Amino acid sequence: MNGTIQAPSIEYALLAPVLVVFGAAIVGVLVEAFAPRYLRSAIHLPLTLLSLAGAFALAVWQAVKGVPTKPAAMGAVAVDGPALFIWGTILILAFVSVLLIKDEEHFVGSAAAVPGSAEEEQSLVERAAHTEVYPLVLFAVGGMLLFPAANDLLVAFVALEVMSLPLYLLCGLARRRRLLSQEAAVKYFLLGAFSSAFFLYGTALLYGFAGSVDLAKINQALGAVGGQDTLLYIGAAMLGVGLLFKIGAAPFQAWKPDVYQGAPTPITALMASGTLVAAFGALLRVFWVGLGGLDWDWRPVLYGVAILTMVVGAILAITQTDIKRMLAYSSIAHGGFLLIGVIATGQTQAENTSALSGLLFYLVAYGFTTVGAFAIVTMVRDPGGEAWHLSRWAGLGKRSPLLAGTFAFFLLAFAGIPLTSGFFGKYAIFQAAVANGAMPLVIIGVVASAIAAFFYVRVIVLMFFSDPAADGPSVVLPSRGTAAVVGIAALATVVLGVYPQPVLDLAHTAAQSLFVR
Amino acid sequence: MPWLSTLMGVSVLGALGVTLVRNDKLAKQFTLVVSLIVLALTVAMAVQFSPNGDKFQFAETHDWIPAFGVHYGVAVDGIALVLILLSVILVPIVVLASWHDAEAGKRSVRTYFSLLLVLEAMMIGVFAATDVFLFYVFFEAMLIPMYFMIGSYGGAQRSYAAVKFLLYSLFGGLLMLVAVIALYSIAGKGTFMFSDLVGTIQDVTTQKWLFLGFFIAFAIKAPLWPFHTWLPDAAAQAPAGAAVLLVGVLDKVGTYGMLRFCLELFPDAAKFFTPLVIVLSVIGIVYGAIVAIGQTDMKRLIAYTSVSHFGFIALGVFAMTTSAGSGATLYMVNHGFSTGALFLIVGFLVYRRGSHFIADYGGVQKVAPILAGTFLVAGLSSLSLPGLSTFVSEFMVLTGTYQRYVVPAVIATVGVILAAIYILWMYQRTMNGPTAESVKSLPDLNAREKWVVAPLVALLLVFGFYPKPLLDVINPAVKDTLSSVSVTDPKPAVPVAQEGQ
Repeated sequence: MNGTIQAPSIEYALLAPVLVVFGAAIVGVLVEAFAPRYLRSAIHLPLTLLSLAGAFALAVWQAVKGVPTKPAAMGAVAVDGPALFIWGTILILAFVSVLLIKDEEHFVGSAAAVPGSAEEEQSLVERAAHTEVYPLVLFAVGGMLLFPAANDLLVAFVALEVMSLPLYLLCGLARRRRLLSQEAAVKYFLLGAFSSAFFLYGTALLYGFAGSVDLAKINQALGAVGGQDTLLYIGAAMLGVGLLFKIGAAPFQAWKPDVYQGAPTPITALMASGTLVAAFGALLRVFWVGLGGLDWDWRPVLYGVAILTMVVGAILAITQTDIKRMLAYSSIAHGGFLLIGVIATGQTQAENTSALSGLLFYLVAYGFTTVGAFAIVTMVRDPGGEAWHLSRWAGLGKRSPLLAGTFAFFLLAFAGIPLTSGFFGKYAIFQAAVANGAMPLVIIGVVASAIAAFFYVRVIVLMFFSDPAADGPSVVLPSRGTAAVVGIAALATVVLGVYPQPVLDLAHTAAQSLFVR
Repeated sequence: MPWLSTLMGVSVLGALGVTLVRNDKLAKQFTLVVSLIVLALTVAMAVQFSPNGDKFQFAETHDWIPAFGVHYGVAVDGIALVLILLSVILVPIVVLASWHDAEAGKRSVRTYFSLLLVLEAMMIGVFAATDVFLFYVFFEAMLIPMYFMIGSYGGAQRSYAAVKFLLYSLFGGLLMLVAVIALYSIAGKGTFMFSDLVGTIQDVTTQKWLFLGFFIAFAIKAPLWPFHTWLPDAAAQAPAGAAVLLVGVLDKVGTYGMLRFCLELFPDAAKFFTPLVIVLSVIGIVYGAIVAIGQTDMKRLIAYTSVSHFGFIALGVFAMTTSAGSGATLYMVNHGFSTGALFLIVGFLVYRRGSHFIADYGGVQKVAPILAGTFLVAGLSSLSLPGLSTFVSEFMVLTGTYQRYVVPAVIATVGVILAAIYILWMYQRTMNGPTAESVKSLPDLNAREKWVVAPLVALLLVFGFYPKPLLDVINPAVKDTLSSVSVTDPKPAVPVAQEGQ
């Protein structure tokens, strides 16, 4: 063996958006190490925002310049139409979330201090702050970008971990209800680690089957390799478990309410929007590209999972009394609706394009609305922090009509009422599903929507039709960042609900060539 | 001139304008002016309508969402025109009648009137839409303003009633959404324009499924028995003005939808399901009337009478004769005026005495003769007394039905008799007899209230003696609809009271 190792060719220009984000994250770590404490926030915030904006600009430039038809980096990363669209979406949503994260009052001063201890007091007095939040967020966003673009399972696994590890940590940093927050972090970590193990084991088994971790090669092997079906099926199933866990599809949804509830609300906003988008991107790529030839086998399973997810999400949401848990179950139900889009593949490329573009549009619409909703959650406060209990929201419509009106509008968008973005998202997916013969799924989706509407409407009833409690929560004057987030989210929800055509066109163009192989 | 867009635009701008006015009184006056402008514009449009011209007139079509084949398409035929007229006539009356409604709950007066104008725009839109998708959008979106009007400004159990109303309608709407999507996919035309979709679904089984998707939504909306249970709650809890629009206009979207979409898009399925619908309608007519007799709450009573009346309308629609179809359409208009008048006058009573219950009144006629007199006229119109407009329409529905379905027509006639019982008995208990202690000092109608009632009573009388202008507009449209279902009137045709004399 005297062969020289060939240096891999890496298309740095194509990967630039991801590299910019990771680079900024590393610079952020250096800032933590060397910059004086009082300067850190002032450096981090512009650094983070600029890097996200820069990455977005690079992604747009990439899309304008022409989408490559071959995977980059020796087939490891696919920068194709859907990937660029997902990148753009994640980067905007992350940018918006960072505007929420910048209100540092949401984060604990010293995470290592035991809740209620003298050290905690001390950290409050010193006005300590964890400015590591910014680089951690950037690492997570970098992982989110890489995950849906990963064209081989090992890269996907690395991206999954890069995305998840910072999020585990960030979940535990809530300033109030700290035990709940720490519990959330531990739960998320343990279950997340478990699901990563599933993903990795699945990867190993598929490698055993196909002799490669490259998605395209696995797909080729589907027709060529015989007699290894056990490896294939178990591997595919395990891979599916790992991915469905990240989406929060039933029966792997149990972590979602706990984590959404415990995490600092700005981080919840980031997870509910960015992580969901990234995970769906990856799920699509793995199932459509890697296991595309196996769709006869996975389709019935995902069919069941989609139904279960919609129903579980919609029904369990009814019983929630915590606003964040309710939004978490709502996010589970929406995950179910999105899964309909994953299943709605057909025989022709046009049919698949319509399913994919519908899904991409739904992700954009849902992402914005959900960030806006969580931004409003941060603004309604009790003396002890956010007014999490739903009963505390009673009569909010009288006290601050604008805020309650905006929140009601977001809820109507979640419920899919016409003239909001949520309606067209649902419509796009349902239409693709009907066109591809998944009528029963659509009917169940419609019934689940009706059930879901009940609990959204219940919150509106509370806010507008109930009388306010005497000691009701106060609505803080939003910081400029939070106000901007709510404004952007509301604007997106209106515009996508009244004139969705431009974004639909964009999604269609992105989905046109489907995923590169 | 884009008439229909102008109408909607004026209403929407008015709604925005109301929220900007800082003074409640000014906001009310502003709303009234806006609604009168819309009325004037609509009348100006209506006089240009030529009954024997194109089927759809004042048409506007623009691409809205080409990716889904959705257009912003609006136009009116005779049926839509009279229903839009009904809506825009009722709105200023409701504004004037609701002058003090929103103040009771210490809730924002401006919001109430702003919602009213938004609702007006959507009512025009839903009847004018010639794109099935656009129709659906209005059909669902118009629930939201009504939901807030009931929930924020209604009676004691308003939030229960509002949620029930919203969830029933939403559920029906979602079933319709599935049918709308399937219609688009199966037709394969790449467009939602109504005129392009007519006749595209040939397979009878498919038609039946799609028909059910649309029909259940409309049957909940209208409401037909057994989908009616939300209506008494919603109508009883809604403020009087909102109840008028709810029962007078919003519910008509259901019967209008049956006539326009169920019949024309799915003719074979419509014929297949006709016996079922007729049975439901007849049950509704009798059931609604009997339950109305037993009510102790005046608003619930009126709501149940409407269940009975909607039975007549659905019967007329599905009898599929020109006379019954035109009668049903005319019935939609007349029912709006007559039930509207009843709700508003009951609203005036309730505003004075603070109670919905029949038992709390008695002998009101002696202290408030004008109130009692107009109440009697409205009531008589509800039981279809000859000389009032509702008689014409009910008679047309019954004779039209009789031409094809003798037994249902005969049973439905029982509803007419029962109507006399529930109305006259309610009148007797509240207005006649010894004056109850609590109503001794009840003031009669004031000038504003007279202005509310006068146009309604006038319309009931005028169209009672001379329905020709309405029928001239309605008849060609109904004939056209029935011809696209390819049914012809049975022979020998019974002479029909076209002139209502």
